[in-house]
Amino acid sequence: MTEYEKGGNPVAKQKNKQQQTQQFQASEEKHETKRPILLNCIKAFLVGGTICFIGQLITTFYIYFFDFTEQTAGNPTTATLIFFTMLLTGFGLYDRIGQFAGAGSAVPVTGFGNAVISSAIEHRTEGFIIGVGTNMFKVAGPVIVYGVFSAFVIALIKVLFQQLGGL
Amino acid sequence: MIFFWAFVVGGLICVLGQIMFDVFKLTPAHTLTILVVLGAILDGLGLYEPLIDFAGAGATVPITSFGNSLVHGALAEADKHGLIGVVTGMFEVTSAGISAAIIFGVIGALLFKPKA
Repeated sequence: MTEYEKGGNPVAKQKNKQQQTQQFQASEEKHETKRPILLNCIKAFLVGGTICFIGQLITTFYIYFFDFTEQTAGNPTTATLIFFTMLLTGFGLYDRIGQFAGAGSAVPVTGFGNAVISSAIEHRTEGFIIGVGTNMFKVAGPVIVYGVFSAFVIALIKVLFQQLGGL
Repeated sequence: MIFFWAFVVGGLICVLGQIMFDVFKLTPAHTLTILVVLGAILDGLGLYEPLIDFAGAGATVPITSFGNSLVHGALAEADKHGLIGVVTGMFEVTSAGISAAIIFGVIGALLFKPKA
């Protein structure tokens, strides 16, 4: 028996509250504007594709002038893109692109950079250790945490498999 | 031709993200996390490297490549040093995204003031 059940009245109150929540959710669903999914997907495709196209330009540049290969040029390309992201974020342009593009600007690595850099800028008034240092990965943290953990599990499985003579 | 496929494949991965936003109503953090895990799984199956050969930056620029390079680093180090390499090699390949984000994050915080 929980404390709520003993009193009698609080149970009714709780039920009432539940009902209200349900009603609210129902009306919320009714009044929610339908998302233009197809249009959003087209915008995401165009902007995301363009960012990757620019990435390919940078990759080609590194391959021809700095002796990288197709497989290794990803790293300098990433760094360069994040540098440009810093400028776009700082001048408030990345947010505007994001409003138009949705996932198109969130999924490329520039979106990851934007999440880190905008958190850093946003919290600078709280100081560079507590503000910037603590909050920098507030948004992008989960990506690193579960990227690393899943990579660990997958690599572990694969290595064990190989050692057991499979694959 | 690689430019065309970079555009198409990169765009399609973003559409996948947009569908997670709109159809499954996931937050950006959930979506990006799922995509990173997806990239890691694809590399575990040996499918991400061919995708990079095919689409270039279309495969290396989306966040899925982060999962791919984490697994890649772990496996490369495991080849050299055995099981412990899975832990120690993790960031071998993928340092660029994180270090660039940190470096330009701090520089950005130095240069720019938050918008009101």
